[in-house]
Amino acid sequence: MTEYTLDAAVIGGGAAGMSAAKALVDAGCTTALVEREQTLGGILLQCIHNGFGVHEFKEELTGPEYAERWEDMVTPLAGPRGATIFTDTTVMELIPGSDEGGFTLVCVSPGSGFFHIRTRAVVLTAGCRERNRGNIRIPGTRPAGVYTAGLAQRMVNMEGCLPGKDAVIVGSGDIGLIMARRLVWSGCRVHGVVEIQPYPSGLTRNIVQCLNDFSIPLYLSHVVSRIHGRTRLEAVDITPLEEGRPDTAKTFTQACDNLLLSVGLIPSAELAREAGAQLNPLTGGPLVDCRLMSTVPGLFAAGNGLHVHDLVDYVSAEARRAGENAAAYLSGYQPARQIRLKPGSNIRYLVPGTLDPARPQPILFRPMIVKNGAILTLSLDGKIIKEQKKNHIQPSEMMQVDPAKLDLGNLELRPDSVLEVSLS
Amino acid sequence: MYTQLSPGQGMSADVAIVGAGVSGCAIARVLSAYKLDVILIDKEADVCFGTSKANSGIVHGGFHHNKKYLKTRLEIEGNLMFDRLHRELDFPFERRGILVAAMHEDELKHVEYLYQQGVDNGAIGIEMCSRSRMLELDPQLHSDCVGGLHAPGGGIIEPYRYGFSLAESAMKNGVEIVVNFPVARAEHSTAKGPNGQTTTLFAKNGTKVSAKWIINAAGLFADDLSRILGAEDFTITPRKGEYYLLDKLTRGAPRKVLFPVPSSISKGMLVIPTVEGTVLVGPTAEDILDKEDTATSGTMLDSIFDSARRLVPAIAMNDVITSFSGLRPAMDSGDFYIEPSKIQSNLIQVAGIQSPGLTASPAIGEYVKNLLKKQGCILEEKPDFDPFLERIPHLRDKTSFQSEELNQHDPGYSRIVCRCEKVSEAEIRSAVKAGHHTLDGIKFAARAGAGRCQGGFCTHRTIQIIHEETGIPLSHISKNGPGSEMFALPVGPPALLGTSPPAPKVSELEVSAPNAADQPGKSNQGGQA
Repeated sequence: MTEYTLDAAVIGGGAAGMSAAKALVDAGCTTALVEREQTLGGILLQCIHNGFGVHEFKEELTGPEYAERWEDMVTPLAGPRGATIFTDTTVMELIPGSDEGGFTLVCVSPGSGFFHIRTRAVVLTAGCRERNRGNIRIPGTRPAGVYTAGLAQRMVNMEGCLPGKDAVIVGSGDIGLIMARRLVWSGCRVHGVVEIQPYPSGLTRNIVQCLNDFSIPLYLSHVVSRIHGRTRLEAVDITPLEEGRPDTAKTFTQACDNLLLSVGLIPSAELAREAGAQLNPLTGGPLVDCRLMSTVPGLFAAGNGLHVHDLVDYVSAEARRAGENAAAYLSGYQPARQIRLKPGSNIRYLVPGTLDPARPQPILFRPMIVKNGAILTLSLDGKIIKEQKKNHIQPSEMMQVDPAKLDLGNLELRPDSVLEVSLS
Repeated sequence: MYTQLSPGQGMSADVAIVGAGVSGCAIARVLSAYKLDVILIDKEADVCFGTSKANSGIVHGGFHHNKKYLKTRLEIEGNLMFDRLHRELDFPFERRGILVAAMHEDELKHVEYLYQQGVDNGAIGIEMCSRSRMLELDPQLHSDCVGGLHAPGGGIIEPYRYGFSLAESAMKNGVEIVVNFPVARAEHSTAKGPNGQTTTLFAKNGTKVSAKWIINAAGLFADDLSRILGAEDFTITPRKGEYYLLDKLTRGAPRKVLFPVPSSISKGMLVIPTVEGTVLVGPTAEDILDKEDTATSGTMLDSIFDSARRLVPAIAMNDVITSFSGLRPAMDSGDFYIEPSKIQSNLIQVAGIQSPGLTASPAIGEYVKNLLKKQGCILEEKPDFDPFLERIPHLRDKTSFQSEELNQHDPGYSRIVCRCEKVSEAEIRSAVKAGHHTLDGIKFAARAGAGRCQGGFCTHRTIQIIHEETGIPLSHISKNGPGSEMFALPVGPPALLGTSPPAPKVSELEVSAPNAADQPGKSNQGGQA
């Protein structure tokens, strides 16, 4: 069995993986980039709408264009001293070494069969999967015509097949909104988007451009309460929520032949979990420290495989940091101290979990509330060190704070210091 | 490969078995060892698409019922036949053992009763267990357990692959399986004399199958078929059971099949480890009217999980990857009804096969063979009967060195299509070649799409592979047969709301079926939905 020995491996060749691999190679590490599909790019390849790259490239690109930009940067890095790119290759197992650290990746590829990659660091950038009908437990029959929005996106954008002629979409997440517009353009009427929350869960620009522009009704505080149809979907029941509970008396039935689910994404953290990493129950991804390193030394994570992002630009940036941190880890860097980061009022989670005062890196988080004119507060050991006004916050828009601007050097830090981030 | 008759086409045989569930498949396989022409017919696109695909997957331990019932005798006999079948047919099966856990002293009395019944029935190795023995046998069990019963002969099985392998073995030995054949009417020939009578079964589209002997193994529809054949009048009541399937990575996976002690109020929920590593929680029991109503209700969710957590506290609702319902074909007697018809002398009724039907199925095959013999059917052994099936290796069961060997034979073993269940392209192609041409068929045969993402990532690849192997156009590839085509339409011009005839907003409960013309697959496949 062939065996490759490199400094680092990046698992997943989408937006995050390409960025992490580039950062590793730029820092002088020999790096394996492993991608299960036959080309790099990941889920970007089926996202043919635009809006990608505003931060990274200062222009609006489509998903495939954004992927191509990165591919053009990564491919030339291939070589014995740089990147080794394995496409059409699945990592079956990620085995942490027992004694001196390091990892063995058990890989399989039609060209070369089974082979092993041995490295001292791994960046997991495996992206995420969609929550499905089972996860949200919609009662009713199990006919054809009920698909996750991403599967429908793949079929429409890459295979040229429509899921039906009359759609209802569950969940106002970005994929759902974008698919609403895509379906209309491709010959399928969209009879409504049903959202359980009283506010949309996708980006505001997508509500405007994908629903309002096409007069597609958005049913806020509604749920799809039943699925009808024996072999093919025939209709769904839609029930409004009254004070948070289904008001069954007001249930109405909407005829449709396809139902797309855009009800959230879950990081694909199975490899990390199998390798022994602890997961964060709030994000579904691994728990990570200031270096984006999991509880397994040398195993880093970034992108949607760590926590689900809204913008690919932030994915690329986070993965770049993970790649740089992995390179620093390989060169022997250990943070002298780590400040624990604590989610305070109205904050769902913070990533990463700690802060290295010597190398402060952005903290990403999601608010739990919708509010205009909110105040973001950072306090160290109970003492407010920064307050910032935010025009508008909502759970569907991830927020960032850069502690590099906090002037941490001048603050009194104890070994058990806690930095709390809160919103009010 | 299954046979599909084109309109007007007919076939004839010595024996026609109607219903290709586990009973029908087991009977077909037993008969395939004899010099007989056997046809197994089913209304669905694949075998085991009814009750046989949605059940607990348990090989029962022989202590739940009194042996005065035929079902108990066949359960005990069937249980003992699984080791040999497992060796011959290579379906997933493990004798994990069954525990009945008592949570307080009163429940222990009922457990003792079950124990005594098990001993009387001859259940092998059955034992009463103290609390510590119970917790040792399954550490996942709730620490409130005060004791219970252990039936080591009980086991778990993948019901669909068991059924598929029976069908494949039968086909290998000459049985023809005709799918998409719903029996609409029947004619009996008037010819008399020894075995002179034949019966012809007609499907709606005019295709027909004639045979000297008819076996009614039509499951939920056995009563309807009996009436179509002019035989006994009886009633099958569908009894719905709802299940939740938990992710492999759940922390609540028990080692053994866990039963609560049934109380006067509730039967309680079982926690069942599956051979694939997932966990089943269920089933409910609800008598319903509609034999095709496999809708899940969702209303029982909380009580189901409360009940299951009394057995295994680590079970979490977050681990649910899907839910489904199955229908038990129950008869009033509560027992199996397996006997020759008193009205149609060439008919054997195999009805009311509810739990423990899966466990009993191998014995049902033998039992029906003996009934046929008694009725005068001449059974002569085939010298070339081959009980073994070639094993299709599954990547997920192999070490990387074994997998490398597979790759040498077929590089298709090295391309993973279903990431959640680690199913390779080669395994999916084998399943298609074996006759499974629907997504559900592939899911049951190869497990592609059965994992935590429920086909989100692999559906398009599986559709593509079915298309490549069979030539069926992409738009005709269905979930589970005609009418359930997945992506039937090509991308077309824009369709704004109100620009073309708007879909009617149907009022409450008044769900109209969409126009058949809206569904291309339906119109040209003979309307067998």
